[in-house]
Amino acid sequence: MRQTEVLVIGGGPAGLSAALEAASLGCDVTLVDSDLALGGQLIKQTHKFFGSKEERAGTRGFKISEMLLEELHGYKDKIKVHTNCTATGYYKEDGVISCVIGEEKYFRIQAKKIVMATGAQERLLPFPKNHLPGVYGAGAVQTLMNVYGVAPGEKVIMVGAGNIGLIVSYQLMQAGVEIAGIVEAMDKIGGYWVHAAKIRRMGVPIYLRHTIKEAIGDQIVKGAVIQEINDKFQPTGTEIKIDADIICMAVGLTPTCEILWQAGCKMIYVPQLCGHVAQRDMNMRTSHPDIWVAGDAAGIEEASAAMVEGRIAGVGVAKSLGHGNASEQAKRLEDYKGRIADLRGGEVGQKICQGLKVCTVNQWEV
Amino acid sequence: MSENEKLFNGGVLTEARKGAIEPPKDLWERKKNGLVIIECPQRIPCNPCHTSCPTGAVKAFKDINDQPEIDYEKCTGCARCVAICPGLACFVVDLTWGGNDVALMKLPYEMLPLPEEGDTVDCLNRLGEAVAKGKIVKIAELMNDRTKVVQVEVPRSLVMNIRTIRVVK
Ligand SMILES: Cc1cc2nc3c(=O)[nH]c(=O)nc-3n(C[C@H](O)[C@H](O)[C@H](O)COP(=O)(O)OP(=O)(O)OC[C@H]3O[C@@H](n4cnc5c(N)ncnc54)[C@H](O)[C@@H]3O)c2cc1C
Ligand code: SF4
Ligand code: SF4
Repeated sequence: MRQTEVLVIGGGPAGLSAALEAASLGCDVTLVDSDLALGGQLIKQTHKFFGSKEERAGTRGFKISEMLLEELHGYKDKIKVHTNCTATGYYKEDGVISCVIGEEKYFRIQAKKIVMATGAQERLLPFPKNHLPGVYGAGAVQTLMNVYGVAPGEKVIMVGAGNIGLIVSYQLMQAGVEIAGIVEAMDKIGGYWVHAAKIRRMGVPIYLRHTIKEAIGDQIVKGAVIQEINDKFQPTGTEIKIDADIICMAVGLTPTCEILWQAGCKMIYVPQLCGHVAQRDMNMRTSHPDIWVAGDAAGIEEASAAMVEGRIAGVGVAKSLGHGNASEQAKRLEDYKGRIADLRGGEVGQKICQGLKVCTVNQWEV
Repeated sequence: MSENEKLFNGGVLTEARKGAIEPPKDLWERKKNGLVIIECPQRIPCNPCHTSCPTGAVKAFKDINDQPEIDYEKCTGCARCVAICPGLACFVVDLTWGGNDVALMKLPYEMLPLPEEGDTVDCLNRLGEAVAKGKIVKIAELMNDRTKVVQVEVPRSLVMNIRTIRVVK
């Protein structure tokens, strides 16, 4: 059985930040990630990020990941990293986590404290023939395109005009792929207005208040039928047939939290955070005294917020283990909490704050 | 819902709004190198237009979610904000450029293929419709981060319509 002081599960922006913060205060950390490379969603993001200078705004997502990895390099004595390594289960009796490297090498690891930074899973939409080859989730399209350099097809129908749908559309256009149109059920785009403006000016139509009725094709996708919907989301308007060889779904993410359930953390369904999330205190500790959460696993938000949440969780963990001095911990927490409050001041942030009210408790901490 | 509102809800600006206004005419007509136009009407947590501006023309944000506000007197038309804005929402328009019928626009560009200096390109409006031909004057990479700032000569009457270019082969 392996031992570690702090186990961080997930090496995206939240997990990396948590590991760095805990290590910088003196913790010994083990970081596991199922992927072959660290960075989580960031390595697929070729566009520039929002946020402030502290969250590296104006920098492309994959560059932010490179910066975090460079910082990680400075802590190689304090942070042990395992990639291609998935945490598969939590054993309540002794708090042991089982991990699998690749597909068959298992090990068990016991940690004093655990940070869950497992990110999110994509939602999919049911519609006739959505099993056809050519129907993709936006994450898969991005991985093909930006990690492996493969264009998924020639002409894409994007379903969903949230930030992911808008950004992936833009990236597809950069890769020379045509966007036949973006279909959105609401009467307003869900993502940032500027992201929509960028693609509108290149001639891409956005069909607000429309839904995808069915895919067209026998063996593979040849297109789709879309239709206008009414206030009750029932299809009513005229049908429009669009030719395409890819239907890409960007209809939202939901937090990945299986291990939190296993560990018996108190879970609450919070629509504003896009699913079930763990109840937490101000320092991101869950109802389980040894488990913290951060990033999309704690509620779907943004990388900028995920990084700050990771930092907060990192300080929280160090504090509970008695690492670092109290005034330094307090100073950092104040700084991070101020930053995250700033990030959440906008239109989208308000929704997040409503959700957080439901699942955040005022006491606990150490 | 009005047609304008529908367009706006789908990412198309139809009229001036907070965070998306036209520069003052007088100053604009005489300012060499041009003035910035920012079209960022939604409250979002973002401020590189301010932090990258060397002259303070994009005023400091009280709250990072504020829409940008501009002190046009201070703007030198340097286009650093054009290069860095993650929303591609900053443009510079120089009305002192060339003859009476033309103006110079400095636009962000992240597509391939890149145009070349001297090329004639399509000028697209906010809906992606080709509304004029333009001539590429210069292409620069101001921030060393791959976003190009394309300088294109366009019909002066269309500077509030044209928002990007398309390379024609
Ligand atoms: C198209 C797109 C565009 C975006 N644009 C922006 C943007 O402009 N600005 C912004 O701030 N944010 C943006 N985001 C959001 C941002 O990428 C996420 O909010 C952020 O990556 C969340 O970080 P995270 O660390 O919580 O999760 P992730 O980045 O998802 O990382 C989670 C990691 O955990 C690993 N993992 C999961 N389960 C396990 C397990 N059981 N064992 C081991 N490892 C596991 C995964 O492999 C992954 O590497 C965008 C997202 C997408 C999809
Ligand atoms: S063009 Fe230059 S001076 Fe004017 S607002 Fe942009 S960065 Fe500032
Ligand atoms: S940098 Fe661009 S997107 Fe960000 S606030 Fe300024 S204008 Fe808006």
